[in-house]
Amino acid sequence: MAKIDLDLAHAYKPNPRSDEDYALLPLKMSFADGGAYALLGPSGCGKTTLLNIVSGLVKPSQGSVRFDGVEVTGRTPQQRNIAQVFQFPVIYDTMTVAENLAFPLRNRGVAPERIAKRVGQVAEMLELSGQLNQRAAGLAADAKQKISLGRGLVREDVSAVLFDEPLTVIDPHLKWQLRRKLKQIHHELRLTLIYVTHDQVEALTFAEQVVVMTRGRAVQIGSASELFDRPQHTFVGHFIGSPGMNFLPAEAGDDGLRVAGRRVAAAPAALHGLGPVTLGIRPEYVTLATAEAEGAVRGSVTRAQDIGTYWLVTAQIGDDASSVVRARLSSHGPVPKAGEAVWLHIVGPRTCFYGADQSLVVEGAAA
Amino acid sequence: MKPVNQKAWLLILPVVVCVAFSAILPLMTVVNYSVQDIISPERRVFVGTEWFKSVMRDDDLQGALLRQIGFSVSVLLVEIPLGILLALSMPAKGWKASAVLVLVAISLLIPWNVVGTIWQIYGRTDIGLFGAALARLGFDYSYTGHAAHAWLTVLLMDVWHWTPLVALLCYAGLRAIPDAYYQAASIDGASKFAVFRYIQLPKLRGVLMIAVLLRFMDSFMIYTEPFVLTGGGPGNATTFLSQYLTQKAVGQFDLGPAAAFSLIYFLIILLLCFVLYNWMQRVGTADKEPGHG
Repeated sequence: MAKIDLDLAHAYKPNPRSDEDYALLPLKMSFADGGAYALLGPSGCGKTTLLNIVSGLVKPSQGSVRFDGVEVTGRTPQQRNIAQVFQFPVIYDTMTVAENLAFPLRNRGVAPERIAKRVGQVAEMLELSGQLNQRAAGLAADAKQKISLGRGLVREDVSAVLFDEPLTVIDPHLKWQLRRKLKQIHHELRLTLIYVTHDQVEALTFAEQVVVMTRGRAVQIGSASELFDRPQHTFVGHFIGSPGMNFLPAEAGDDGLRVAGRRVAAAPAALHGLGPVTLGIRPEYVTLATAEAEGAVRGSVTRAQDIGTYWLVTAQIGDDASSVVRARLSSHGPVPKAGEAVWLHIVGPRTCFYGADQSLVVEGAAA
Repeated sequence: MKPVNQKAWLLILPVVVCVAFSAILPLMTVVNYSVQDIISPERRVFVGTEWFKSVMRDDDLQGALLRQIGFSVSVLLVEIPLGILLALSMPAKGWKASAVLVLVAISLLIPWNVVGTIWQIYGRTDIGLFGAALARLGFDYSYTGHAAHAWLTVLLMDVWHWTPLVALLCYAGLRAIPDAYYQAASIDGASKFAVFRYIQLPKLRGVLMIAVLLRFMDSFMIYTEPFVLTGGGPGNATTFLSQYLTQKAVGQFDLGPAAAFSLIYFLIILLLCFVLYNWMQRVGTADKEPGHG
């Protein structure tokens, strides 16, 4: 187990010039010992690259990786004592399930009785006990992936266990079960776990701290509630939540904050002089207002969907077709229909404002 | 009742005709020869299984068969491991990979009789590089004089000619292994040998099966190269089955025994391929047998 510090950048091409050439832009990050982390982002955002740099499969083109303060940048995964589970199951075809699980231990010369004990425990945890003596090659994809997971967890003394979208090939119902299992294992063993995924539910339920990444940049590190309530970057607001945060162009002037030509609030001090800003509000925090209410904006409803427990209402604000607000409204209250005009409160303590560089300037505004 | 379409017969007729002319008729001619004693074009006597019996008791034939089996086994024992080793040491990508692939493939492009001629010259102690070098080193090397030398030279020639095929097949098999396996092995702390034993070798099973079958059949039918190099000598040292057969049929014009023997030869190859193929298939599917997770 170890505290992992990263201060690096990586480009697969030699001599990177523009930001586009980098798979990972310069970043500084720490993973605390015993923490459960998730790297979350869309495909191609650099999360797997980051993971492979931590494990030692990829050497960063600049900067360093430190485990407990010791420089390990040039060391192999073996020397770093890392366990890693890949997206697709990797099993040793000619071995049985038990031999597969024992392989990482056997390679390190662990005593046979110790191996047998650990394999038994891991198999128990992953519910593979009944199949220990079967040949691994004949198993279904999810069982094979459980073997891969088991090989990652079989060593107790590892610096960290890394997961690269390990549940992609697993059935949804088993996914929940395995995720819970991983959480449970984390609680029992207090290993440092880093989990790569593009699924926000997976990331938010598994990890204590989620690193949101886009285009080679880690834009925010935080707990689920921090990511939800205070997205530091418009990308985080957009990526986390279902549906994501609403973004509207706003104008911070001397007389207050204007959205679609209407004054909605006094401009918070931090916005003074910024001019055009982006207003962000989660659909969960948008509420209905009476007509012409102070601080509300007028919209026309383009769509109203019944999602079972709530209604998702989409409204266009002003004349610009791209200024759209989605609101989650309770099915118990009044719900506007498509084509109707509607007044919405979009400014409150949970409204976030973003500057020209898409990062958070200030949170909350009073009408 | 199933509908019967008699016109279908018409459609397979071309194939039947082709196969008849290319395989069945020649084979039946051989069968025809094998049961007759043809004294002259006008005089032929039906002899039943007599030729088969005499050929089976023929010491020369038995010698040729043993030599043949020994040769084919040696070819497999040398070429398969050597081919794997070669494939493992070939570069995986870049211009070096292309260059090595072309270099390795060169010997495969050379016609059989040219291979024989090349080695005939190569092994000469007066002007051949190989033979002269051995002679300089003090070896009394002569592929025309010593049976063992002749035999080893033929083996060496076959290894030179055909190991690249095994290497190329294995190379293709190795390139098909996803990177994740190597990464996982490196995470699991596997040694180089363990990677070979538990990842590369099992993943090469398919191509190795093809390589073994091809090399076995080819070496079991080897004719041109030893014919050009040693002509089967010295003595009978390098007279393999096909050459023995040719001597009988074309050299001495003993059509009856030669025909009987070709049929036996044909059956041996068929049988060995059948056994080999089934055995390898079983080795392959044994991995997949136990049920579902």
